[in-house]
Amino acid sequence: MRLPVDRGPLSTEVRKVLQAEPGSARAADLVPVAAEALRTTDDLLADDDVQLTLFVLYELHHRGFDDVDDRWEWDTGVLAARGLLERALESTLRERVPVPDAVPARRRAVADALFAMTAPRPGPSVARYVWRHAEREQLVELLVQRSIYQLKEADPHTWAIPRLTGAAKAALVEIQADEYGGGRADRMHSALFARTMRGLGLDDTYGRYVDAVPAVTLASLNTMSMFGLQRRLRGAITGHLAAFEMTSSLPNRMYGDGFRRLGADLDTTWYFDEHVEADAVHEQIAGRDLAGGLAEQEPQLVADILFGAAACLYLDDLVGTHMLGAWERGESSLRAPVTAAAEGAA
Amino acid sequence: MTADDPTRPPTRRRTASVTACPDGPLLVRGDVELVDDRGNPVDRHRATVALCRCGSSAIKPYCDGTHKAIGFEAP
Repeated sequence: MRLPVDRGPLSTEVRKVLQAEPGSARAADLVPVAAEALRTTDDLLADDDVQLTLFVLYELHHRGFDDVDDRWEWDTGVLAARGLLERALESTLRERVPVPDAVPARRRAVADALFAMTAPRPGPSVARYVWRHAEREQLVELLVQRSIYQLKEADPHTWAIPRLTGAAKAALVEIQADEYGGGRADRMHSALFARTMRGLGLDDTYGRYVDAVPAVTLASLNTMSMFGLQRRLRGAITGHLAAFEMTSSLPNRMYGDGFRRLGADLDTTWYFDEHVEADAVHEQIAGRDLAGGLAEQEPQLVADILFGAAACLYLDDLVGTHMLGAWERGESSLRAPVTAAAEGAA
Repeated sequence: MTADDPTRPPTRRRTASVTACPDGPLLVRGDVELVDDRGNPVDRHRATVALCRCGSSAIKPYCDGTHKAIGFEAP
C-alpha cells in the first residue's frame, strides 16, 4: 500500500514527514500541527484529517507503506504526535460511550453483562438492509467499507496475546487460531473476505480503498489499533473482541442471504457463512473464558473490558448510521465512487 | 498408565471435553467424531465447535447464535 491521499493540513504534514529520511527534524513539527487539528475539530470521530492521520500512524505498526521507510514506526517525533491524537480519541470515547457499572469481577457476571449489552435488537441495521433491500452497488460499498479492517481481520486483537496470561491467553489464542484459518492460509478470515471482494469484482489488494472510506470507518479501525497496541488497554481490546464476536453470527446470516438474493455464489458468500458458524463459537469463548477469565485474573480491568465492548458497539452504530443514512437518501456512503468489474458474481 | 490417568501430563492427554454454555450451545473440544443419524460424518471445519442446544439453529448441528434471538433458557 502507498500513503493515502491527505485530507487536511495534518495529514498533509504527516505525508511530508513520512516521505523524508527517518530521523528528519521535521517530525518534531508534527506535534503543534496535531494540536491545532485537535483544537479546531468539531467532531473527532468524524474528522477526516485526524482519523486518516491516525490510520496512517497505526498502519506503520501493521503493514507499513511502500513509499515510507519502516524506521518511521518508532520515531519519537511521530510517536509524540500519535500520542496526542490517541489521547484525544480515548478521552472522546470515554466521554461519549455509556458503560454499565457495578458489574462484579466474576466470570459469569462479566459474560452476562457483555451478552446483555450485545443482545439482538429490533430496528434498522446495515445487516437487515443488506438482507432485504440493498442493490449491487450497496453490496460493493459494504465490502469497500469493511475492507479496511477485514483484509487484516483479527490483527489488532492479536497484539493482546503476549499481554495476557493463563486462561484468558489460552482463550484468545483459541479464537485467533480459528480466525487465522486453523493452520490453513486459504481459510484465514481475511483470505475469505478477499475472495468475497473478488466475487463482486473488487480489487482485493490490501489498503486499495482507503481513500474511499469516510472518517467514521477509519475511527472504528483506529480504536481497535489503539486498544491493541497499548498494554494498558488490554482490558478494552478484550472487551472489544467479545462485543465484536457477539454481534456477528446473526448479522452475517443476513449478509449472506442478502448477497444470495442478488445472485452471489457460495464462494462469494463463504466469508459470511463461515462467520455464522465460527462466531457462535468465538462469542462463547470471548465472553466467558477471555473477558470473564481476564476479569477474574485482573479485577481492576472490569471497567475497561466493558468500555472496550461499549466502544465497539458505539462505533459500529456510528458507521451503520452513516451508511444507512446515505443509502436512504439515495447517496453513496463512500467519499469517492468505486468501480467494481461488472462480471462479479452478484 | 492409561489415557484417562489424571496424573498424566495434560499436554499428553487427548481427552475431549463438552462445555455447556449457560443458555447457549455445547462447546466441543478435542477428538470427537461427529456423525449424523445414519452414522455419516458431519463436516467439521474447526478445532472447537458449538453444537446447537436450543433447536432453532439454521445450521444444525452447529450453533448460529439464534438462541439469543429466541431467549432460550437452558434447563
